[in-house]
Amino acid sequence: MRWNKRKLTDRIMSFLAASCVVIAVVPLLSILYTVTVNGLSSINIDFLTKLPRPVGEAGGGLGNAIEGTFIVVGIACIIGLPAGILSGVYLSEYGDNRFGRFVSFVADVLAGTPSIVAGIFGYAFIVLYFGSFSAIAGGVALSVLMVPIVTRTTEESLKLVPGSIREASLALGIPGWKTTLYIIISTARGGIITGALLSIARISGETAPLLFTSFGNMFWAGGIDKPVSTLPVQIYTYAITPFPDWHAKAWGGALVLIILILILNIGVRLFTKKKYGM
Amino acid sequence: MDSSKFSFSRIGRSKLSGDLIFEVVVGFFALGIIVLAFLLFRELFVGSSLSRDTFGTGFLATSTWDPVNEVFGALPFIFGTLVSSFLALIIAVPFSIGIAVYLSELAPEKLKYPLSFTIELLAAVPSVIIGLWGIFILAPFIRDYLAPPLSTYLGFLPLFQGPMYGLSMLTGGVILAIMIIPITSSISREVIMTVPTHQREAALALGATGWETTRIAVLPYARSGIFGAVILGFGRAIGETMAVTMVIGNSPRISESLFSPSYTMASVIANEFVEATSNLYISSLVEIGLLLLLISVIINIIARVLVWRLLKVEGGGRV
Repeated sequence: MRWNKRKLTDRIMSFLAASCVVIAVVPLLSILYTVTVNGLSSINIDFLTKLPRPVGEAGGGLGNAIEGTFIVVGIACIIGLPAGILSGVYLSEYGDNRFGRFVSFVADVLAGTPSIVAGIFGYAFIVLYFGSFSAIAGGVALSVLMVPIVTRTTEESLKLVPGSIREASLALGIPGWKTTLYIIISTARGGIITGALLSIARISGETAPLLFTSFGNMFWAGGIDKPVSTLPVQIYTYAITPFPDWHAKAWGGALVLIILILILNIGVRLFTKKKYGM
Repeated sequence: MDSSKFSFSRIGRSKLSGDLIFEVVVGFFALGIIVLAFLLFRELFVGSSLSRDTFGTGFLATSTWDPVNEVFGALPFIFGTLVSSFLALIIAVPFSIGIAVYLSELAPEKLKYPLSFTIELLAAVPSVIIGLWGIFILAPFIRDYLAPPLSTYLGFLPLFQGPMYGLSMLTGGVILAIMIIPITSSISREVIMTVPTHQREAALALGATGWETTRIAVLPYARSGIFGAVILGFGRAIGETMAVTMVIGNSPRISESLFSPSYTMASVIANEFVEATSNLYISSLVEIGLLLLLISVIINIIARVLVWRLLKVEGGGRV
């Protein structure tokens, strides 16, 4: 009898744990389903290439928001990727000291910064300085979120390179810095690229840092010192209006954004899975 | 990974001038991270000086938020942030532990990777999209299917009284719970996986069932790490902006009922920063941002200390 009771508890707890997984997957499926169904009905060539129209007028699209997202994310990459990767190289190759551990710690804390705070930083640092909302301010705000992620992923992929490879290169008389640049970094290339792509996926969907940095714009981007429209901000703007037509646009924008981000994520994970056999 | 203990800094570098230049260059970028963190604090500290000088510590304890008469107090927002985040934890923690236990201990080997990948995929969905889903799917669902039974059976509690319009503290808490489950569960899973196998073998050898092994030998061992994962989830919930802003109702008042709309620190910044016209108004919002940053830094430090202690042994976890 006692054995049965224990066996039963075991089964019940296993079942409960498994149902936690099932329940946790439901919101994801529901989000993907509703975004796909609602988004598909509003996506067409005009939607992807045209400017938004005022409420009440049919047609129009989010072409400028798609363009703006690429501009802002591009600026963030130009700032964030080199800074993040080189800091990661320092932490992995030279960071085994008090300063390195402190940088590592600060990067971790920065990675936990609420994204809205990065927005305030972009505002105070760039918008106030130049006197206008701008694509640059948005890029800077996003790069604040990007740098710590890229730093840590670079550091970790470099640390996975076996010490024997460094020793072999040095034994051939190749200077340390060349070893790092040409041999260590290229060995860890896969991991570094993965980290970079995941960080791009992460910041592409960020809305909060852009609300008062790149702001928004109903026209095509007029330069990196001017406000630009971005997909996440545009989705937000449309979602909180009372107009069904704009809601449909928000769903369409969400579908475009989610496709971009999921392609990056799933592509990267499949790639790394094959490589490291996880 | 022990083989990576090798470090260039251990080589005498009197003759390696190229190395020195390279180290200085990459070190410069590493220093940049500290400068960035410093600037972040400085901008928020300077930006909030007007508000700090005007209101002092009363800012934290006043519940008036009146842009017209320029009286600002952050209490309703602090209240909204803390309550919605705690609510999220109450919902998310049992699920996260269940998920972590299943994916590390109980699931068939073949399902482990695809399942954890799927759960972590939710973390990749932008919060504005989760918010969009929250407005049109989750909020009506909670209003029509979750709130009525709660007020029928638990209506004697002040928590579940009053009318429910969909956008509420409850909806905000649920959406935060959905958003923190991926991080809390995946870190808990990593922590549980660091529990040495002999712990499990010892329990199994004594005749324990799978669940008993988990309960007796695994969970106690991983307790502090799981606690760290929970705190990290709490940090996420506190800083989360868009999804909550879209479903919590954005009304700066302190109410006992989870059915009434509320407002969080991050939401008020997101909603009002652009509209804020006076310097004092902006400064007050920046001070809320500063508070948010300080809270999240403290939370992150606590969590990382707890999680690190365990993951470090196994060669560093991706936290």
